[in-house]
Amino acid sequence: MRFAVISFPGSNCDDDCVRVVREVLGHDAYKVRHDVHDLDRPDVVLVPGGFSFGDYLRCGAIARFSPVMTDVAAFAGRGGPVVGICNGFQILTEAGLLPGALRRNVCLSFICEDRHVAVEGRSTPLTRGLSGEVLRIPIAHNEGNYCADEETLARLEGDGRVVFRYVAPDGRRSPEANPNGAANDIAGICNERGNVVGLMPHPERCAEPLLGNTDGRRLFDALLAAGADGGSR
Amino acid sequence: MTAWSAEVLKRHGLTGEEYARIEATLGRAPSWPELGVFSVLWSEHCSYKSSRVHLRRLPTRGPLVIQGPGENAGVIDAGGGHTVIFKMESHNHPSFIEPKQGAATGVGGILRDVFTMGARPIALLDALRFGDPAHPRTPHLVKGVVHGIGSYGNCVGVPTVGGDVVFDPCYDGNILVNAMAVGVARADRIFLGRAEGVGNPVFYVGSKTGRDGIHGATMASEEFGAQSEEKRPNVQVGDPFVEKLLIEACLEVMSEDLLVGIQDMGAAGLTSSSAEMAARSGSGIVLHLDRVPMRESGMTPYELLLSESQERMLMVCARGREARLIELVSRWGLDVCEIGVVTDSGRFVGTWHGQTVVDIPVSALVDDAPKYERPMAPPPPSPPLDLDAFPQAADGDFTPALSDLLARPSLASKRWVYRQYDHMVRTGTVLRPGEGDAAVVRLPETPRGVAISVGCNGRMCALSPRRGAAMAVAEAAVNVACVGARPAAITDCLNFASPERPAVMWSFSEAIDGLALACEALDTPVVSGNVSFYNETEGRGIHPTPMVGLVGLMPEAARAVGSAFPDAGLDVLLLGRVRPGLAGSEYAAGVGAPLCGDAPDLDLTAVRSLVEALLALHASDLIVSAHDVAEGGLAVALAECTFGDAAVGLVAAAPEHAERADEVLFGEGTGRVIVSTRDPAGVERICSQAGVPVWPLGRTAGQRLQITLAGRPVIDATVAELRARWATGFAGAVE
Amino acid sequence: MKGRITVQLKAGVLDVEGTAIARALGSLGFTASEVRVGRVFEVELGPEVANDPAGAALVLTDMARKLLANPVMERFEVEVLDGASGAA
Repeated sequence: MRFAVISFPGSNCDDDCVRVVREVLGHDAYKVRHDVHDLDRPDVVLVPGGFSFGDYLRCGAIARFSPVMTDVAAFAGRGGPVVGICNGFQILTEAGLLPGALRRNVCLSFICEDRHVAVEGRSTPLTRGLSGEVLRIPIAHNEGNYCADEETLARLEGDGRVVFRYVAPDGRRSPEANPNGAANDIAGICNERGNVVGLMPHPERCAEPLLGNTDGRRLFDALLAAGADGGSR
Repeated sequence: MTAWSAEVLKRHGLTGEEYARIEATLGRAPSWPELGVFSVLWSEHCSYKSSRVHLRRLPTRGPLVIQGPGENAGVIDAGGGHTVIFKMESHNHPSFIEPKQGAATGVGGILRDVFTMGARPIALLDALRFGDPAHPRTPHLVKGVVHGIGSYGNCVGVPTVGGDVVFDPCYDGNILVNAMAVGVARADRIFLGRAEGVGNPVFYVGSKTGRDGIHGATMASEEFGAQSEEKRPNVQVGDPFVEKLLIEACLEVMSEDLLVGIQDMGAAGLTSSSAEMAARSGSGIVLHLDRVPMRESGMTPYELLLSESQERMLMVCARGREARLIELVSRWGLDVCEIGVVTDSGRFVGTWHGQTVVDIPVSALVDDAPKYERPMAPPPPSPPLDLDAFPQAADGDFTPALSDLLARPSLASKRWVYRQYDHMVRTGTVLRPGEGDAAVVRLPETPRGVAISVGCNGRMCALSPRRGAAMAVAEAAVNVACVGARPAAITDCLNFASPERPAVMWSFSEAIDGLALACEALDTPVVSGNVSFYNETEGRGIHPTPMVGLVGLMPEAARAVGSAFPDAGLDVLLLGRVRPGLAGSEYAAGVGAPLCGDAPDLDLTAVRSLVEALLALHASDLIVSAHDVAEGGLAVALAECTFGDAAVGLVAAAPEHAERADEVLFGEGTGRVIVSTRDPAGVERICSQAGVPVWPLGRTAGQRLQITLAGRPVIDATVAELRARWATGFAGAVE
Repeated sequence: MKGRITVQLKAGVLDVEGTAIARALGSLGFTASEVRVGRVFEVELGPEVANDPAGAALVLTDMARKLLANPVMERFEVEVLDGASGAA
């Protein structure tokens, strides 16, 4: 399978995503610059974490205007799987591919630590077969506080589009389990069609035994399985 | 009668004799920009004028050393064509004035020192020293510095994997922010700061030049006084986003054969980078200052030469490859501009719209800069520590004392700090902050690991600068060996008060000797470093603080060992034997004892044996955790071992290595490690072969920490209650 | 009485955010040779300065000096929303 990893100026998890796909999964991954109009026939598009354009103004606000984003939107429009991680999630919301916005953490500081998330909601290319599981995945962000208006939140919940939720290690929801104040403890959502997923946690940081945790690998394996079924677009 | 008034010379930090030397060198009075150039290059910060005569005594060679001091960073051989490139540098004064930007630009500067050598940065560490937590300014400084380090490191995408934070009233008016960067490069792709090849063009790459930090280098070399408020507009602002682009652009440029030399514009900006590059090559350089990309209108040659605007590099391009260089850099949206040329004149020349405004022999600026053998005098000997004045535990129970010690901000968990740093980006962090005695990151493209430890016990250095400095090296070496790596080399950051005071200069000289002794005993040469003098305010100086950053190498990163007990039923042993002392200890500070007495003995041969024993134990897979006994002594170290995810307790018998219980429990002294193992006989066998004494402490079990001494209980508490004090002590002090 | 305090980096201090935004505006076809970013604080003042624009301006200035602006690198302007204003 071919993974296109979008690289904006200031992206800093692009190399990590490429590395996991190539060296852990044994599949093909390549970076696509922000200023080109050629995704080069990928099976999956990853929008990685980092500080695109320095995250100045608002996270993702400048990146959404990059030429490559029109191609990402077209790929998503054709049903292609698009996964935005952390800053990638922020970019997808700014670009209108996912609803809502990510605001500053309520504690007003950057947080880097392991967190538990429950996989739930409808099946997506990233989460297929994992519903009900509790995964331990690192977060590393300053703006992960998901918010949306009441109507949007109700629609997301009603349609099973909340696909990752912060929980305690035992899977229960609690205020302490929510690191950033996100509405309804939301850590990740998908679009109406289910092919575009955004999440704040970093699965690429926990996908190999050397790093002491392979929970993230399970999400990448789900992507591979989905790609094997979906074929090339 | 000189051309420039005494007031002007004073503002440039030049003495009358130094000025006379300038006139003698030039055969005339210097122009205004020339005066600026001399002032920054002859400042303590750039010229090392007070320290150079002493730095010579440091060992800088060894089988692993590829590049020692003198370049932008040191380089060691990591095997298989890989190298590790690292350096530590201070940003103390700017961080005191504007903590967030000061610390952020400190991180940016040390990163540039490393990637200018061709290295991909893979890790950052920060050794921080703040004043008394109760001092009104301390919380503000802690928050600002941590925010600054985080905001820069997180954005630039280099993990901050370790460091340390210590509080002591001696840093009330002079905090220390020492940042260390570690990078990796192929041995055949290391770049040096050289201006070679007559006619090669000189390129300016990166951010535009503004009026930031003009005279920053001079500021860093002056002690603070009431007037330092006025220096505020000099503060530089860092842009980690541009730094990230600069890293990628430089590494891309370096992957092709375009460059002859490269250096970042750090302290004293364009002036020091160009003059130092020319000096290393014995060449000359001409800079057309009017071509420098400018951020503001009306900038003068003086300002352009001295500006410390951040995120800028100077590159000497191979003639004929200019177009490709411009193409690559432009793709990253960075300014790239040919501003000068390499000559063989041996002169540093600046022109302004065709007119020469600076013309100075390069040698006068760098190699022949002033060099002082400042007077030295030892301070009066310290009175002995009065142990009778120490509180005696009622009924011999030291549990409350241990609990209070664990809550002291210097010893408490630093999670509040490292939670704000991205310590996982680049997916190479094998031991995260707080997990092991040293940080461990993978050596990219290999199964090997790089272990890094930073630190220095300032109080011990105050009691004995020689022994304290040696302890800093020894402790870092033991830390690195604890996780399973062989100590390879160090970088240092020598923070001292005013060198114009003989007692300070004596302590500096002693510290150099201590570093040299330890580096020789442990085979860890010094490959890079930095000196920061004038850390004093209105006559009150900091403790001598020769910070050490040690890098070790390990064959398999996956075998890195943490410091906490992972399980119940493990045998716990104490390796190494020292006579623990309370002088200079955290316990003594905690009970308000004066800082006096003799620093604990340090046996470097024994430390070397301990390091070798640990490496042999790792090689045989005999230990499952290892933690050195440092600040806070044995009881604190044992408590820390129970603070892992397993939260397993311990029943232990403390060794009778001192007469008093408080000395046994809280006395300090380098050269002891607590290990847990499933094969105590195997551990004892290897240790006895290495000549390392072993004391069987006890076994991991239950949920309590119980320590006895000579059969009497001295500590008994649940792990949970001790952990709670330790976990909240830091945030409680600074929030 | 209500006041407004605008805090901006001093002239000459690099505005990294403004620089990035100016570049982004350029790539969208706008011409913006320089952008300086600032923050605006709208403050509802207490009764002690009711009907006292001069007093309100002094209070706002004090707030800006002590907390809202970083004197090391920022300048500020205060505005009493009834008309009087001051700057520093």
